[in-house]
Amino acid sequence: MIKNNTTEDLLDPNKYQDNYEISPFSKEVCESLFRKLVLIRETEIKIANERKLNNIKGPVHLSAGQEAVSVGISENVKNSDYIFGNHRSHAHILSLGSPVDKLFAELIGRSTGLSKGYGGSMHLVDMDVGFMGSVPIVAGTVSMAVGAGFAISQRKSDSISIAYLGDGAVEEGVFHESLNLAKVNNLPVLFVVENNLFSSHMDIDKRQPSSFTSRFAKSNLIEYKIVDGNNVLDVLRCSKELIKNIRETKEPKFIEAITYRMFGHVDWREDIDVGTNRCEESLRKWKLRCPIKRFQNSLIEQNFFSESELDSIKLEIINALDYSWQKVTNDPLVDKKSLLNNVYFENK
Amino acid sequence: MKKNLTYSEAILEGFKYLLDNYPEVFVIGQGLWSPWYVGNSMKDLDKLYGKERIIDTPVSENAVTGAAVGASLCGSKPIVVHPRMDFLLYAMDPIINQAAKWSYMFGGQSNPQLTVRSIVNRGGEQGAQHSQLLHSLFAHIPGLRVVMPFSVKDARDLLISSVLCKDPVIYIDDRWLYDQVDTISDVEIKDLEDQSPKKIIDGNEITIIASGFSTKLAKNAIDKLSIKNKNSIELFDLRVISPIKYDSIVKSILKTKRFMVVDGGWKTCGLASEIISSIVERIDPSSLLSKPVNVSLKECPAPSSGLLEENYYLSENNLVDLINRELENNN
Ligand SMILES: Cc1ncc(C[n+]2csc(CCOP(=O)(O)OP(=O)(O)O)c2C)c(N)n1
Ligand SMILES: [Mg+2]
Repeated sequence: MIKNNTTEDLLDPNKYQDNYEISPFSKEVCESLFRKLVLIRETEIKIANERKLNNIKGPVHLSAGQEAVSVGISENVKNSDYIFGNHRSHAHILSLGSPVDKLFAELIGRSTGLSKGYGGSMHLVDMDVGFMGSVPIVAGTVSMAVGAGFAISQRKSDSISIAYLGDGAVEEGVFHESLNLAKVNNLPVLFVVENNLFSSHMDIDKRQPSSFTSRFAKSNLIEYKIVDGNNVLDVLRCSKELIKNIRETKEPKFIEAITYRMFGHVDWREDIDVGTNRCEESLRKWKLRCPIKRFQNSLIEQNFFSESELDSIKLEIINALDYSWQKVTNDPLVDKKSLLNNVYFENK
Repeated sequence: MKKNLTYSEAILEGFKYLLDNYPEVFVIGQGLWSPWYVGNSMKDLDKLYGKERIIDTPVSENAVTGAAVGASLCGSKPIVVHPRMDFLLYAMDPIINQAAKWSYMFGGQSNPQLTVRSIVNRGGEQGAQHSQLLHSLFAHIPGLRVVMPFSVKDARDLLISSVLCKDPVIYIDDRWLYDQVDTISDVEIKDLEDQSPKKIIDGNEITIIASGFSTKLAKNAIDKLSIKNKNSIELFDLRVISPIKYDSIVKSILKTKRFMVVDGGWKTCGLASEIISSIVERIDPSSLLSKPVNVSLKECPAPSSGLLEENYYLSENNLVDLINRELENNN
C-alpha cells in the first residue's frame, strides 16, 4: 500500500498521492484531526467566497492545502507554549483551537474579533491558545520566536516556542541570524518552514539553488526533519518527536513541511496566470495530493469511518460555519472614535 | 511630440528611456517578472530588456539594496524597486549607513549612484505594515536626495533625473496617483540638483505647500472651494523634498502672509513640521497674519478596519474645511 517515495519525490506532484497507514492512531484522534482539517479548509473556502463578494475588504492569504502542517503540529503543543505566525496564519490559529467566530469577526472589522477589529487577516492574535501574533512583514516574527525561547529558558520551564514561516522567509537575513542565535544559546525553539514552493508569484527554483530549505538547519547544526506536509499523521509523528526533544534538551529543532497552496498568493483566485511555473496542469496535480482527500480515503479504506460518516461531519462543519458567519455580521463594528486608542499601551 | 500618459505609464516611459540610453542602468527588486506586482509601471520590461537587466529577486531587501549600492560604486546605475515602502525597512543599513555616507566618509572620491524606487501602497484595509509613507525618515538623513513626484511629467522626468544624479536618491511614487492623466512633452533631461518647488496654482491669501499625493489632495480641495475663495490659494508642489530650495515658497508667503503645509506622513519630526520651521526661520514671524497650519496624518499606525481608515487618511473634504476656516479666521 505504501509506496517507497523518497524525500526528493516530495517535490514531484505525481508522487505522494496514495493512501497511507492509519494505525496505530485511534479512531478518536483521527476524528479530531479530520474535524480540524475540514474546519480549516471550509473556513478558507468561506473566506475566499466572502472576499470575492467584497464582504471582506482587506487582503486574505489563504492556507487551503496547507492545513495538515499546523494541525499535525498543534497536537503536540501545550497551552503554555508560544506560537508566532506570518501573513498566512488562519490555519495556525485555528489549529490551536481559536474560535472561528472570532476569526470571522476580525476579517470584517468587528470589535469581537481576535484583534478587536484592529488587525484584519494579516494581524491575528489569541494569547489564550498561545498564539502571540502574526504579521505580514516576511520573516518578521522569526526572531521573536527566538526571543520567546530566551524568556522560556530564563524561567526554566519546559515550554517551547514555534516560528511558522514560509520558504520565502528563509531568504531574509534575519532568518539566518535567528537560527544561529537559537542554536548558540540552546533555546527551545521549533522553526517550521511551510515550504509551498512559492513566494508570491515566484517558484523556488528561481529564487534558491535548492528546493529544500532545511539545508540552513544543517549548516547551523540544528536537527531537522523533512516531512510530507500533506500527510497529517506524518507531521504529527515527526513534530511529536522533535517537540519532545526540545522540551527535554532545550535545543532548537527544525521541520520542513513540503506542501502547496490551493489558492493563489492572496485572495480567492488561483493565480495560474500570474506566477512563474504555476499553471492549471500543475495545480491539478498538486490537488491530487490534497491532505484531506488522502486522509479521508485512507480512513475509509482501512475501515475507520464510512464515507457517509465523514460526509456528515463535513456537512455539520459547513453548516456551523455558515451560522457563525451570519452571527458575526451582527456584531458591533470597531468604535469609529477609537482610532487613537492603543497607540500606546499605557494610556491613562 | 505631446503624449497622453497616465502617471504609471509615465514611470514606465522613464524606465524605457533609461534602459534604452544607458547600458549601465539595471533594475532589481521584487515582483519585476510579475504582471501584477507594481501595477503597469514596469510592464513587460523583462521581455523588452531581458532578465539580466530586469532582475526579480528573492525576498531579501537588505542584500538586494546593499548589492545595488555596491554595483553603483563599480560603474553601474542600478534602480532598486521596493513594491512597498514598508518592506524597505529591512534595507535601512545599506541606505542610511552606507549609501548616504559613502561620499563623505571617503572624502568625496566615490559616489553610490543608485536610485531606490519605493512605492507607497495604502488603503484597502491593508493595515499597519502595508501602508506607510516614510519619506520624512529618509529626508532626515544628510547625503540622501528624496524625490516625490506629483505630476505625470515629473513621474517620468524626475525618475530619469534621479538615476542620472550622482548621489543616492530615494524616489517615492504613490499608487493613489497612478491613474492621473496628463498630456506631456518629450523627455527633458534635468539636473536633479537644480530642481525646485513648482507653483501650480496662483493666489493671494494662503500659500499651501504639498508633495506627491498630498499635492493632488490640495489641488482637488482648491477646485472644490467656492468661486469667491478659489483664487485665494497659491499651491506649491515640492517635487524634491530633500534638500528643499525655499526661495519661491518664501517669496509667496511674504505675499500671502499665511501658509499651510499638507503632508501624508505623521506630524512629529515630519516633513510638514520641518517645512514650517524652515520657513519661519527665513522670515520675520511677526509678519504672518496667522499661525502656520500643519495638516499631517493622525498620529497612529494605519488601522486595518475600513471604518477607522476613513478617519485616518486626509480627505479632500477635510482640507476644504480647513482652508475655509483659515480664510474666515483672517478676513
Ligand atoms: C519584508 C517583506 N518583503 C516582501 C513582502 C511581500 N510578500 C508578502 S508575502 C510574500 C511571500 C512570502 O513567501 P513565503 O514566505 O514562502 O510564504 P507563503 O506566501 O508562500 O506562505 C511576499 C514576498 C512582505 N510582506 N514583506
Ligand atoms: Mg511559500
